[in-house]
Amino acid sequence: MNAGVLKGGFANAPVDSSHAFRGAMNAMARPGTIEILSGAVPPAPLSVAAGVLLLTLCDPETPVALCGAHDCADVREWIAFHIGAPVMEPGKAMFAVGSWEALQPLEAYAIGTPEYPDRSATLIVEMEALSQEGATLRGPGIKDTASLSLPDLAPFQRNATLFPLGLDFFFCAGERLAALPRTTRVEAG
Amino acid sequence: MSDYNFAYLDEQTKRMIRRAILKGLAIPGYQVPFASREMPMPYGWGTGGVQVSAATLTPDDTMKVIDQGADDTTNAVSIRKFFEKTAGVATTEATAEASVIQTRHRIPEESLREDQILVYQVPIPEPLRFLEPSEVETRKMHSLEEYGLMHVKLYEDIARHGAIATSYAYPVKVEGRYVMDPSPIPKFDNPKLEMAAIQLFGAGREQRIYAVPPYTQVVSLDFEDFPFEASKADHPCDLCGAEDSYLDEVIMDDAGTRMFVCSDTDYCASRRAAGHVGAQAAAAAQEEDAA
Repeated sequence: MNAGVLKGGFANAPVDSSHAFRGAMNAMARPGTIEILSGAVPPAPLSVAAGVLLLTLCDPETPVALCGAHDCADVREWIAFHIGAPVMEPGKAMFAVGSWEALQPLEAYAIGTPEYPDRSATLIVEMEALSQEGATLRGPGIKDTASLSLPDLAPFQRNATLFPLGLDFFFCAGERLAALPRTTRVEAG
Repeated sequence: MSDYNFAYLDEQTKRMIRRAILKGLAIPGYQVPFASREMPMPYGWGTGGVQVSAATLTPDDTMKVIDQGADDTTNAVSIRKFFEKTAGVATTEATAEASVIQTRHRIPEESLREDQILVYQVPIPEPLRFLEPSEVETRKMHSLEEYGLMHVKLYEDIARHGAIATSYAYPVKVEGRYVMDPSPIPKFDNPKLEMAAIQLFGAGREQRIYAVPPYTQVVSLDFEDFPFEASKADHPCDLCGAEDSYLDEVIMDDAGTRMFVCSDTDYCASRRAAGHVGAQAAAAAQEEDAA
């Protein structure tokens, strides 16, 4: 274990996480909105936004799946020290982090049960860039339409048809964060 | 303030509540179970709303708390003081100045904006509970979208009273899927449930959190021949003269004289400050002039 993993957490956890949560909540309540999350310096390849999100939402009660390049010693040790979340395979995870390609196949994750649709995974998708152009979004939280540079279309359309079951997504690029809940209807922009 | 963690709750509890809020927003109207904590106030005093507010507040927020529309009742005052002490947030009574509004049984008259959050205190989150006491059964009914029983209840209202007699906690269907209890707000407030602000609902004793994102479709249940009607006392406010606000009826003396006043105290006070005068306020001013 190198000493670097001890750094990069919140300086003032109660206050930093309260701001981060408001950003995350606003993103989830208003799909297509881009929020800025900062306050932590996670090890590569975790983006700042993804690291802040993990610090804000995860703890020893939330199994996390690390996919692709994110499953490395630096990230595992950083999560073990700052968050304490158990790292598990996708089928048992409440949260999963990775690039869009590394997170596939989406069928591997829990989508909830008819009685408990909330027992579904939240996927944190690492992106090169994130902007308000591309796919057209409609649904709860959106006044008329919104736009977001999604990494794909068909998987999100399939996910929306599962409602009230399904996966919820956060997209991270650097400090930028957006979200796509299962309720959002996605079309090519 | 330094004697408490920010906003009273410990960080792990806040993370648990925050995860429940996010799932609630992703599944509008669905009641997410959460591990409700004991709060330093009794059940029925807004422990659910307080926990949701505590997980939502940042130090930069300005908070407003209302109880039946009023800022100055015991419940509202004590919750406002609680957050002043444990979170150090600014508080206000003006709806427009607040970023987080915790409410018991009312939606403010003034339209809420996109940068505001409305937190409801909920006593019984399950709209089907008085029709079906078993949680196992109601959960199954929600999963199967089996809401016939609720329509039977509304029909029986019509059969007995000639109209839908349910006047508060009037059931709504959210985004065409989940039937939701909007908490015991008067049905006058139901049309306002489609708003620009984020709405979060917390039930402490019943351990449920649910949410309605902005601009989400919220439809009050009704029948084609008995459409939903947002009713209020047929009277203007006696203090400010408002004809569009929800009114409280106040008995004034043993002879049964009554007075109708806005239940939203901030709305009424700001209208009076702007020069609007209701019938009884005008009469009182005349008496003062005569004396």
